[in-house]
Amino acid sequence: MARYFTTEHEWIDVDGDVATVGITDYAQEQLGDIVFVDLPEDGAEIAKGKDAAVVESVKAASDVYSPVSGTVVEANAALQDDPALVNSDPEGEGWFFKLAIADESELAGLMDEAAYREFVANL
Amino acid sequence: MNAPNKSGWKPAMQAAGSGEGSAATHTGNRALMLEEPLIFEIGHRETTGVDLPAPSSGGSDRLGRFARTAPIDLPGLSEPETVRHYTRLSRQNYAIDLGLFPLGSCTMKHNPRLNEKVARLPGFADVHPLQPVDTVQGALAVIDELARWLIALTGMHAVAMSPKAGAHGELCGILCIRAALDARGESGRTVILVPESAHGTNPATAAFAGFSVEEVPANADGRVDLPALKARLARGGDGAGDVAGVMITNPNTCGLFERDMKAISDAVHDAGGYVYCDGANFNAIVGRVRPGDLGIDAMHINLHKTFSTPHGGGGPGSGPVVLSEALAPFMPLPYTARTADGHIHLVEEERADAFSEEHFGGVMQSFGRMTAFHGQMGMFTRALTYILSHGADGLRQVAEDAVLNANYVLRSLEDVLDAPFARSGPCMHEALFSDAGFGGGLSTLDLAKGLIDEGFHPMTVYFPLVVHGAMLVEPTETESKAALDQFIGALRHLAERARAGDETLKAAPVHAPRRRLDETQAARRPVLTWGGTDPR
Repeated sequence: MARYFTTEHEWIDVDGDVATVGITDYAQEQLGDIVFVDLPEDGAEIAKGKDAAVVESVKAASDVYSPVSGTVVEANAALQDDPALVNSDPEGEGWFFKLAIADESELAGLMDEAAYREFVANL
Repeated sequence: MNAPNKSGWKPAMQAAGSGEGSAATHTGNRALMLEEPLIFEIGHRETTGVDLPAPSSGGSDRLGRFARTAPIDLPGLSEPETVRHYTRLSRQNYAIDLGLFPLGSCTMKHNPRLNEKVARLPGFADVHPLQPVDTVQGALAVIDELARWLIALTGMHAVAMSPKAGAHGELCGILCIRAALDARGESGRTVILVPESAHGTNPATAAFAGFSVEEVPANADGRVDLPALKARLARGGDGAGDVAGVMITNPNTCGLFERDMKAISDAVHDAGGYVYCDGANFNAIVGRVRPGDLGIDAMHINLHKTFSTPHGGGGPGSGPVVLSEALAPFMPLPYTARTADGHIHLVEEERADAFSEEHFGGVMQSFGRMTAFHGQMGMFTRALTYILSHGADGLRQVAEDAVLNANYVLRSLEDVLDAPFARSGPCMHEALFSDAGFGGGLSTLDLAKGLIDEGFHPMTVYFPLVVHGAMLVEPTETESKAALDQFIGALRHLAERARAGDETLKAAPVHAPRRRLDETQAARRPVLTWGGTDPR
């Protein structure tokens, strides 16, 4: 399973043709306490780079963009009751949604973990 | 604190904690700062403030199964108890009448008392929107006169007076753009471009009106990246692009004037789009810059900001929208129009086409109504009073003093607070700082809470998003140099504590009626109803 990152601080785990998307530890740290997450509906078709979810903290509301194009197959229902999961385990239990990838070639432009760490270090 | 209040009942919001030392008094009060319970906790079901005769027998029979079977749990209070309750609560509040209110982008200026006096004249205060227009010519003249001033101050073609506040005005402007595109047969333009430095309501308005929103990046100066905007417009292809327009805030939320505004407008017009300007920050340029000269097609004006009508709990907003010649035919009804005989008409659906043709040589293509009636009459009266008492030269000085005050704050504090755009030139109406350089894990929030202890309302925090830990200070022209110096002194002291990593700042506020509230829990698990079941 390969993990990629975007410059908008989303991570994406690719397992076959299904991908899991969430926001990075750096992103949750910047946002502060998450109080609400608005997730996409199952079956929603989302284009790469378009807003797929909304995350709201005590500081701000931010869009979460889809790293690749695809169809939503599952949203993380646990976040509705416990949005704090995004703070406590952003790159694990705090995942946002799963996506059936439409075009695998779109993964090519994303960063790997080392590249993302370097990107964050330079912010 | 756990002490019961004067009635022997547990104080409200105990979990939130109250100020130091309050537990030491028998009542929970601190001198004249009264510890006030919820109204449900002081009301008795048996108490009533009015003396009504007992209902005659049989009345409830007529209600059948709709008759109430259980008592309604409303608190019963006498009139003096009610007055005292709300007056005590008001004393825990902060208001522009108490001190400097530096909330960035909100233009919390003084609300002159003359405005209030005029608004209370019976000829304005006691009229009804359904009265025959012949009996309210004076009130309609106020609307018409204010409309003329707004058109003159902005250099625009027409104004829609009915929108009720800023975001409502944005919607009005965007609906005008939609109607104009539909009339051109270009409904396929579905994209509204919104710069990063725009107000948060702008993308919300565009999305609400059914457009898709695309962000335009800011450049290093904190202004719109013009080449990026042009590149995006070019992507729409020649002739029939996909961009309906831009929504831009000028001066923007970094407190900077968009110097490329005319070039931005020209580029958008060349691409077939319209330019919406968020006029929330008009206070910085009123009397100095006419948005119409910058190629703007629509802009709302917050009467409750620039024109001193009360806001922030003090009164309803009002957001008239000035429109360019291209968008004017699509403005909402009703509107007032003065004919050569001096009579002021209220133009509504039945007569709009004929009236426009007869008097203006044009056809009305109004998109409809924003409101049932004319708009916020009480605010029109106040705003016109403000305008006439200042005059054109006075309004110009308003803008100059507001900008001078903001720059005084910016330059007085840039040695202790990071000012990310300090080198982008003078700021406009507001000074923007970041949390860079704070020690000990201290944040913007800690400094803002510290400001409460110092006796000020906090500034706008964590906005705009383009700056880390943003603090946006808008002093307005209201404040004297002495008042600004006092505020700057307080902020300087707090900034020095934050830089030194003074951990005690994390406990702030310690002198307020309530200690720091748990904003996370308030958002995650808000308690919005009274949970008690036992009114006495």
